[in-house]
Amino acid sequence: MSPALRVFFVGGRISYRALFNWISPGMYVATMLGSPLFQILFFTYLGRYAGGQSDDFFIVGNAVQVSAMAGIYGMVMGIANERQFGTLSPLLATPANRLAIFAGRGLPFIVNGLAVSTFGFLSAWALLDFSPDPSVLPALAVVVTITVVSCTALGALIGSIGLRARDVFFAANLVYFLMLLFCGVNVDVSDLPGWMEAVGRAIPLTHGIVAARRIVDGETLGEVGGLVATEAAIGAVYAVGAYALFRLFEAEGRRRASLETY
Amino acid sequence: MARLLAIGWLFHLKNLTNSLFFVLISVLQPIIFATIAFFMFRSGDRPGGLLYAALGAGLMGIWSSTLFGSGGAIQWQRWQGTLEVIVAAPARFLWVMLPLTVSTASIGLYSIVATLFWGRVFFGVPLRFEHPWLFALALPATVLSLGLLGLVLASTFVLYRQANAFSNLLEYPIWLVTGLLVPLSLLPGWVEPLSWVLAPTWGMEAVRNAALGGEVWPGIGMCVLLGGIYLALGSLLMQNFERLARQRATLSLT
Repeated sequence: MSPALRVFFVGGRISYRALFNWISPGMYVATMLGSPLFQILFFTYLGRYAGGQSDDFFIVGNAVQVSAMAGIYGMVMGIANERQFGTLSPLLATPANRLAIFAGRGLPFIVNGLAVSTFGFLSAWALLDFSPDPSVLPALAVVVTITVVSCTALGALIGSIGLRARDVFFAANLVYFLMLLFCGVNVDVSDLPGWMEAVGRAIPLTHGIVAARRIVDGETLGEVGGLVATEAAIGAVYAVGAYALFRLFEAEGRRRASLETY
Repeated sequence: MARLLAIGWLFHLKNLTNSLFFVLISVLQPIIFATIAFFMFRSGDRPGGLLYAALGAGLMGIWSSTLFGSGGAIQWQRWQGTLEVIVAAPARFLWVMLPLTVSTASIGLYSIVATLFWGRVFFGVPLRFEHPWLFALALPATVLSLGLLGLVLASTFVLYRQANAFSNLLEYPIWLVTGLLVPLSLLPGWVEPLSWVLAPTWGMEAVRNAALGGEVWPGIGMCVLLGGIYLALGSLLMQNFERLARQRATLSLT
């Protein structure tokens, strides 16, 4: 295995394991699964009360969005905690490939996000009579995977900002909640005011959720190809932006000797 | 003792107001949830339910600030190194902690103000309350009962090392089972008995009926009754925590 690949896989795994210095694996799993489960139940029941949309609308929207728990919070911790825990300087003193360090941190959270979304869909199947045609599941898996990757790129962007900002977890929390509003999770983006719809269409999740809903309604992957491609492109833009910020703040931190100062 | 409670409450209220995290959960998060509910109600079959949504989202904020504030109350004192001083003070530990837990519920009042203001300005929510004076009474009764429930949370959560993560798990379930936005009649039948022992259920009933019309006093009465029960239970649990911490010399250990 080349050094860059080793940094990508082993570094990513060690970074993920570092999460468990503040939370036990058992509680992590409970939080990652329990909270999304109740979010899906809450909005589906609220949707039933409000009327106007089917259960599937809320189930799919929230089951995809809950992956952001791993993608946003996890990725922010994966990058910004290096600074908070005082390990950023030793990490950046190594000659390791920066892209491998950076991208390796995302892989565990992508897998984690997929697991959370899968659990969300399974819970909805068990508790809310969510029963899509089995033939749509492979296409749904593709759409959800691309959406989770895209969402993790947004998390990486916020995490990179955490290399400079004082309280990046505030931003992470705020972004997570704003996604519920702007990304068409519980309200169709076309029902939002124009400026909110424009913001929603420029961030990860929105196109993925629309595509996932159409897949569940019976459309094929080819029919939602445009939405999926847009979601992937948005994710790529955020990933490039995140990596650029990561390198910028590294260079700035070295120049000003402020890597770990707050 | 009244002075201790009043000054403690004011001190913690100011302290929490300066925290970005509490600004997020007591102002921004309720506004976001209220906005989602406004849009859902508007595009659904309940365009007239906007005041209902504003009040519900506001009380959701009160629960969140109580849950995160009170749940971690003792742990925070421990992290700040003030727990030993508080326990060693001549005043009973209970009377020092009570203003803190009540203040965590009190900053939730920002939520109600924020969601009503937001709803009025951006969604034209009509702020015409059926019983304004009873509304003004129901709100503090609700906050006080949640603050007393916070005492139980504080004294229980401190026994678990992972309590801060556990708090995340309790936000949505309590919003759901206390009927803050979703009527209990829509939920499975077994949920309703659970809701009876939780103060937010009765606080919501009192506040909503004061605003939209209906019986207010039963809700206020239940808040007072449950508040008394929480105070007694919280007192026992606080004594238990203090006794265990002294016996095992674990007061400052996280």
